[in-house]
Amino acid sequence: MEPIIIEGTPKTPTVKFDSAEGVFEIKGRSIPENSVEFYKPLVDWLDSYKESPLTKTVVNIRLEYFNTSSSKCILDVFKKLEAIHKAKNEVEVNWYYEEDDEDMLEAGEDYESIIRVPFKMIEIVE
Amino acid sequence: MSFNIENYLSDQSTGNNILLYKGNVDSDVINHVLDTVEDKMVEINEQPKLRKKVYNVLVESLQNLYHHVDRVPDDFEDQTSEKFGLLVINKVEGGYRIITGNFIHSENIEKLEEKIKRINRSSREEIKELYKFILNHQRISAKGGGGLGLVDIARKTGNKLEYAFSEYNDKYSFFYLDILVNEEN
Repeated sequence: MEPIIIEGTPKTPTVKFDSAEGVFEIKGRSIPENSVEFYKPLVDWLDSYKESPLTKTVVNIRLEYFNTSSSKCILDVFKKLEAIHKAKNEVEVNWYYEEDDEDMLEAGEDYESIIRVPFKMIEIVE
Repeated sequence: MSFNIENYLSDQSTGNNILLYKGNVDSDVINHVLDTVEDKMVEINEQPKLRKKVYNVLVESLQNLYHHVDRVPDDFEDQTSEKFGLLVINKVEGGYRIITGNFIHSENIEKLEEKIKRINRSSREEIKELYKFILNHQRISAKGGGGLGLVDIARKTGNKLEYAFSEYNDKYSFFYLDILVNEEN
């Protein structure tokens, strides 16, 4: 599978989905007006990856800001990962948040409570 | 109450105004406003926690306008703005006040007001649960909104949503939303 590599912009995150390593990363700001347009290719890609995933997939989410419209799309991403996990593959989500950013920590906890995949909350200390 | 945006604003203008915008709310305007306010907050050395909250609330308020405003009435002075909105940001003691305004069809008032009232009578914990419920159960609407904007604003600020409807004519009103973003409460 071809990896997905998308450079970040002020409104959309940097994305690196590397199927060879099984490491997926979403980083930066995700505040586009039309988040479906941005996330649909990622969700479709995960649909394909789900057919023959690696035995271990690590997902790093390191967002500074995301809007509510992205929050639904991110949930769609996690739902694909949940399906991979359910099919007896190891999936681990690392949810990064900046020091003192309780809102971002809580956002990670929201997903953790909805999605049945192990989450690790990691505080970035500068 | 007769219709006059400027009067409403002068009544509300406590604190230092750091931004006032009136006109079309498109993607470029949103980018520009976000950049301006973020630069301003960095410049005055605003504490990161409050800065982030203000930025988040601003994104949601502007995108609420972008996704949900009704077309302006036929006799309104500004006919060129497809998505006419108003934005005021004031620096106040301990935080910021963000006021948005937009036209709303009279028949849509009840639904919006009910939504705001529901949020305002909810506890912090209830708002969190409401957010998670909508996140998990509601699809993104044809307009592109997720139905989460106001809930998110209330959750992040921890404050009640203040609002007013000012009648424009029998078909339209102007909706003001007044959000206080302040340090921990």
